Amino acid sequence: MKRTKKMFALAASALLAASLFAGCKSEDAKTVSTDGSTSMASVIGALGEAFEAEHSDVTFTYNPTGSSSGIQAVSEGRCDIGLSSRALSEEEKASGLTETILAYDGIAIIVNPENPVTDLSLEQIAAIYKGEITNWSEVGGNDAEIVLIGREAGSGTRDGFESVTDTEDVCKYRQELTSTGDVITTVGSNPDAIGYASLASVKDSIKVLAVDGVTPSEATVKDGSYAVQRPFVLVTKSDTELSETAQEFFDFITSADAVELISGAGVVAAK
Amino acid sequence: MKSKKQFVERLVHGVFLLLGLITVGCVLLITIYLVISGLPAIREIGLVDFLFGKTWKSTAAEPSFGILPFILTSIYSTAGAILLGVPIGFFTAVYLSKLAPAAVKTAVSSAVSLLAGIPSVVYGLVGMLVLVPGIRNVFDVPDGASMLAATIVLAVMILPSIIKVSITSLDAVPKEYEDASLALGATPVETYFRVSVPAAKSGIAAAVVLGVGRAIGEAMAVMMVSGNAPNMPSLFESVRFLTTAVASEMSYSRGLQRQALFSIALVLFLFIMLINAALNFFLKRDKEKG
Repeated sequence: MKRTKKMFALAASALLAASLFAGCKSEDAKTVSTDGSTSMASVIGALGEAFEAEHSDVTFTYNPTGSSSGIQAVSEGRCDIGLSSRALSEEEKASGLTETILAYDGIAIIVNPENPVTDLSLEQIAAIYKGEITNWSEVGGNDAEIVLIGREAGSGTRDGFESVTDTEDVCKYRQELTSTGDVITTVGSNPDAIGYASLASVKDSIKVLAVDGVTPSEATVKDGSYAVQRPFVLVTKSDTELSETAQEFFDFITSADAVELISGAGVVAAK
Repeated sequence: MKSKKQFVERLVHGVFLLLGLITVGCVLLITIYLVISGLPAIREIGLVDFLFGKTWKSTAAEPSFGILPFILTSIYSTAGAILLGVPIGFFTAVYLSKLAPAAVKTAVSSAVSLLAGIPSVVYGLVGMLVLVPGIRNVFDVPDGASMLAATIVLAVMILPSIIKVSITSLDAVPKEYEDASLALGATPVETYFRVSVPAAKSGIAAAVVLGVGRAIGEAMAVMMVSGNAPNMPSLFESVRFLTTAVASEMSYSRGLQRQALFSIALVLFLFIMLINAALNFFLKRDKEKG
């Protein structure tokens, strides 16, 4: 009786020890965590999938929280790579973060397909969003009030759009929506609306305008002739090395092999 | 043996107490957390500037954090929803409780329950795709996303709580009251409105307060139809509510902006507390009378 008890205890402790070992191993499991810009969802998703396909033992995670949250997450060590759809500020760089430009994203200026306007200048767009031009007839359209659709304060796309058009804090938005999809749906259902959205997520339900005569496309974004564009940035800590797996992922997505995947996601690779 | 029984008894008592304290603990935790994270911004901005400031520019180079537009929008829209929803809900409840044949009562009651079970994002989606373009066409305004759209959505959303609570209190009116009234020669409709409804007054008031609580706390549905621009409230303008102000900016916020969002949540919390206090008042009065 006593003996069986002893044996049992031994077996139990062996099991515990084994589970401890297993615990250690799972902690060691290869993961790459990314956190940040919601606009980068399609491009980082495609890259993560491809990486996982090649390395079956690696778990890739992407947490769509927004550029600022992503930058904060990487600086606090909560993720391996932060994703930002704006360039880092001097302040953020000084706090020990490094930026690597992964790709360029054109911000498309979108209107309803029923709208006859096809081309606006950057100045006209700025004037429209500042409320200086309020009727479509002033820019060659129908006699109808312009309905300005934008994104919420803090959004990377809004920040990108407002910094390019130099309309920071002065946009007279009629609607401030919280996602690119909402902007596209709203513009698609209101013939007098104008909005902005990431070029990668543009659909057929809306019409993309040319800016200063240049239609947004991969080529025009890459050569810089299309004016409304912003960088997609990988944010890492300057003083800490990435984990082996994360470094491998980083090297992969910045290599020439990834270019096709990046353009497949609708943005222009920086390489 | 007896002492063992007592011990078990005491143990069970203790476990239940502990479980009960979890709920209380959650409420306390949320309250304390909200107060602690909500106060710094109010102190920095100034209570008067915060509550009565008319401009909200949280990410501007010189930010201003005035939430008067949000407070007024929440109050006006809730009032509007009550104005639209209460008559409909009240008469539906009287009809279902007193006049409707059993089959109709079952059918309509289950429809009302179903209405209560629809997730708010679905209300928002239908509002966004049907109501917003509808308002745009009917009223010939440039854009339909407005306080009117949000008010209509809220009015529909509060219907189930108003109807169900009103029915419960109307059903609870003692049959003797109605019999006495009928025996004295009053018609059925006279009886229901002169006898049953006054007898169920407190319960109906509680239903309305519950509706107010539901309307003022709703975020998702109104966010999808109200446009979200921080304007002072106006029927056909795009507006932002206390709830949507927190929800729309929280994900990207930082620094004072984030603290100010917590302060808005604190203000909203105080509103809800007031509403709950009112609800308790009505329910207590009901009980004392009963």
